Amino acid sequence: MKARVTVTLKSGILDPQGKAIEGALKSLGVDGVASVRQGKVFDIELAATDKAKAEAALKAAADKLLANTVIENYRVEVLS
Amino acid sequence: MKSSVLVFPGINRERDMARALKLASGNETSMVWHAETALPKGTDLVVVPGGFSYGDYLRCGAIAARAPVMDAVRDFAASGGLVLGVCNGFQILCESGLLPGVLMRNAGLKFVCRDVHMKVERSDTPFTRGYNAGQVIRVPVAHGEGNYEADEETLKRLEGDGRVLYRYCSPEGVVDEASNFNGAAHSIAGIVNERGNVLGMMPHPENHVEEIMGCTDGRGLFAGLVQQFEKAA
Repeated sequence: MKARVTVTLKSGILDPQGKAIEGALKSLGVDGVASVRQGKVFDIELAATDKAKAEAALKAAADKLLANTVIENYRVEVLS
Repeated sequence: MKSSVLVFPGINRERDMARALKLASGNETSMVWHAETALPKGTDLVVVPGGFSYGDYLRCGAIAARAPVMDAVRDFAASGGLVLGVCNGFQILCESGLLPGVLMRNAGLKFVCRDVHMKVERSDTPFTRGYNAGQVIRVPVAHGEGNYEADEETLKRLEGDGRVLYRYCSPEGVVDEASNFNGAAHSIAGIVNERGNVLGMMPHPENHVEEIMGCTDGRGLFAGLVQQFEKAA
């Protein structure tokens, strides 16, 4: 079973990397970029075949390690 | 004072730390591998040194914070034992939940490696008793992620309880924007936990303890810790 965990900074948390990327996009002349926030994507393969169990395991992974919930939010998706 | 210095893959300041501890206490320091599940018997002080544990992968300190030895450190801290985390050690303590908040990317996005000044906010703690309150000391920093941030409520509590022990300042002791080189909230350089037995700080006092280093301002921290145990004994 394939899954994806996406970790993003909570709104209001300063994101200097996002700001730098935003500046670079503007200097490249990419039109209409209002703001950029960067984050992380984890593609995870699971042995589980039960969707609910897989989601529970992914949530545990995110809470325990993948995200620092002081500053980050995460989203769990089971893809197939 | 019997000290245990934790060693994680990618840590590189553990020997500097052990040297400074030995210089201050006269005792050999135990080096404790991250996979250990217990601390050496009779440990008075646990030090989480600086470096780049696990290559700073995922988030600085995130993987080290989940190492087996950290459960032993958590128990040690819960029973009142003194824990000092420097630089990556501070990041590890925050990630492990022993200290509140988080160390984010420096506001200027650059790795900063130079001497800075910081003000000792109070002298009545085990981690500052070697200094006078208000004293300004010069210490080296070397980090890319030292920008301390926490939510408003946490910051209010840290300030209200006097848990900010060290703050970045000018050489004259003025806490201002210009001296806050990494953008830390309230110019925070070092904080303690609620109980006051766990300190995390970004600067490296262990690198200013001998004449040959050009400055000995870091000595006070180690001397104060040694005094703490002399007093207790």
